[in-house]
Amino acid sequence: MSAPAINNRFLKWFDDRLPVVSFMQHELHEYPTPKNLNYWWNFGSLAGICLVIMIATGVVLAMQYTPHVSLAFLSVERIMRDVNYGWLLRYLHMNGASMFFLVVYIHVFRGLYYGSYKSPREVLWWLGLVILLLMMATAFMGYVLPWGQMSFWAATVITNLFSAFPLVGEPIVTWLWGGFSVDNPTLNRFYALHYLLPFVIVGVVVLHLIALHKHGSNNPLGIPHKGPQDSIPFHPYYTVKDLFGLGVFFIVYMALVFFAPNMLVEPINYVPADPLVTPPHIVPEWYFLPYYAILRSIPDKLLGVIAMFGSLLILFVLPWLDTSKVRSARFRPIYKKLFWVFLADCIILGWVGYNPPEGHFIVIGQIATAYYFLHLLVIMPIVGKVERTRPLPDSISAPVLKGAHKEKA
Amino acid sequence: MASTVHSTAHGAHGDGGTRRDFLYLATGAMGAIGAGLAAWPLVDSMNPSAEVLAVSSTEVDLAPVAVGMALTVKWRGKPVFVRHRTDKEIKEAEDVNVAELRDPQTDKARTEKPGWIVVVGICTHLGCVPLGQKPTDPRGDYGGWFCPCHGSHYDTSGRIRKGPAPKNLAVPAYTFLSDSKVKIG
Ligand code: HEM
Ligand code: FES
Repeated sequence: MSAPAINNRFLKWFDDRLPVVSFMQHELHEYPTPKNLNYWWNFGSLAGICLVIMIATGVVLAMQYTPHVSLAFLSVERIMRDVNYGWLLRYLHMNGASMFFLVVYIHVFRGLYYGSYKSPREVLWWLGLVILLLMMATAFMGYVLPWGQMSFWAATVITNLFSAFPLVGEPIVTWLWGGFSVDNPTLNRFYALHYLLPFVIVGVVVLHLIALHKHGSNNPLGIPHKGPQDSIPFHPYYTVKDLFGLGVFFIVYMALVFFAPNMLVEPINYVPADPLVTPPHIVPEWYFLPYYAILRSIPDKLLGVIAMFGSLLILFVLPWLDTSKVRSARFRPIYKKLFWVFLADCIILGWVGYNPPEGHFIVIGQIATAYYFLHLLVIMPIVGKVERTRPLPDSISAPVLKGAHKEKA
Repeated sequence: MASTVHSTAHGAHGDGGTRRDFLYLATGAMGAIGAGLAAWPLVDSMNPSAEVLAVSSTEVDLAPVAVGMALTVKWRGKPVFVRHRTDKEIKEAEDVNVAELRDPQTDKARTEKPGWIVVVGICTHLGCVPLGQKPTDPRGDYGGWFCPCHGSHYDTSGRIRKGPAPKNLAVPAYTFLSDSKVKIG
């Protein structure tokens, strides 16, 4: 596929001085993409669109929002009642955060299933994890801004996690707060950071894409593409496929926004923050529940905090914990089953995190936490070594076009 | 001129190389120290400011608090529990075998006057406000306070007895200005 030339004279002149046009053409138009990508490859572009939606709605919300303990709650109520389409902007932003996490979690589990983190894509995987961590920090601080009861107590409990560290813990927490409790200085800095971090995320997304385009997309077979017969240009094939996925995404997103905008929030967050009264059940947003369950499953404060952060940080060394040479779970009969067990384990952790830490939830939480680490630290390295993988096809085209691999010689 | 340039460049490979390495290192180290020092004001600006530190004492009138009752006041943005203890509560607090406690402290060390217990109402686990101030609240297994967040039980001296919290409820600095007036902070 040769590059379509730039025909417009002005564009030609411009591109000669700032090569953005040819860059876009190269990376979004001709960009050779494996021809066998399925819909699980839709979620990367969806995540990018979520980020754009969050920034667009966030910037206009910021024009109406007041970061002060005595006004924040009221300013959000004003957005809901008085500002033109304020309710829509806030519901788009609020539920947009949930959709963003849903999309990114699917994107990550796609990577786990098809072994997309393996050589040569380790750095790409790292950058994705950095984006996930930044998203978590951003969403956590955004949740504090409406200054409801859950906002306040989520901020208190999460910042207090750092007090678990010996000696430095207390000074760090005071520093994070800018005082002796979560208060106005805390709200102010969270707002500043909530505005800043999404743009940092944009920067890391750019690096993520540079790393992606260096070796190209992985694919459901997990084998490299071996020639032009294995790939097609990104445009129009994948632009159209992504657009269809986007339509489906919007159906779900808009159903949430227009028919159940408060389904995913705790009603108590519509009660203004009160530093003197803790609500009886503190639960984080759904996308944090599994980590919350891990935190509470361990009876020691410091170890609980370490396990919680560890559950994410461990993913950075996943490319080396997985010892299998085969990427795609399609050819790994044992790992394929274990993948689903692991996914179920994460969902169980989320369910435990939602429930109060009493009775059988404690035991289930502890077993699920143990299995989480067992899967990553013990099972993955062993299975990769002992498993008998199924034979890989010669090339991406081989299973479809018999004899295609002969051509390539 | 040309020969000087030549000899320096050449020196990098020979014995003169150590001098250039030294200059690189020294410049790099100075830059790193300078950047570190310059970053400190940015970092420290996030610590509590002078006016936050200044508003740090509160006076409380104890006259309306009868024996067995409690009062919650706000100090440095946090709740402070003041409880007028009954004789039974005082006795329970004093009779504990200190060696068995997770955070060993005698009741005497935690109170100015046995009748009054003053503690910061922040659970030492992850910072929730424990229940037990209102007569209708649960007070946990040891008659003091109970934190509903993850189930920590405190006794009538505010000491941790059961649950995930590592420490006793903190005792703020306070002085009795008179029999019915206390200054916290
Ligand atoms: C990574 C992208 C972002 C995520 C995940 C995110 C997440 C959130 C969340 C969860 C809330 C709380 C919603 C609620 O309960 O009301 C929130 C509120 C808010 N966010 Fe964001 N946000 C993002 C980007 C931005 C940006 C770029 C801005 C501004 C430039 C912004 C401005 C605001 C404002 C002003 C609020 C308070 C108003 C409200 O509560 O709706 N956000 N954000
Ligand atoms: S915050 Fe009180 S038990 Fe966890």
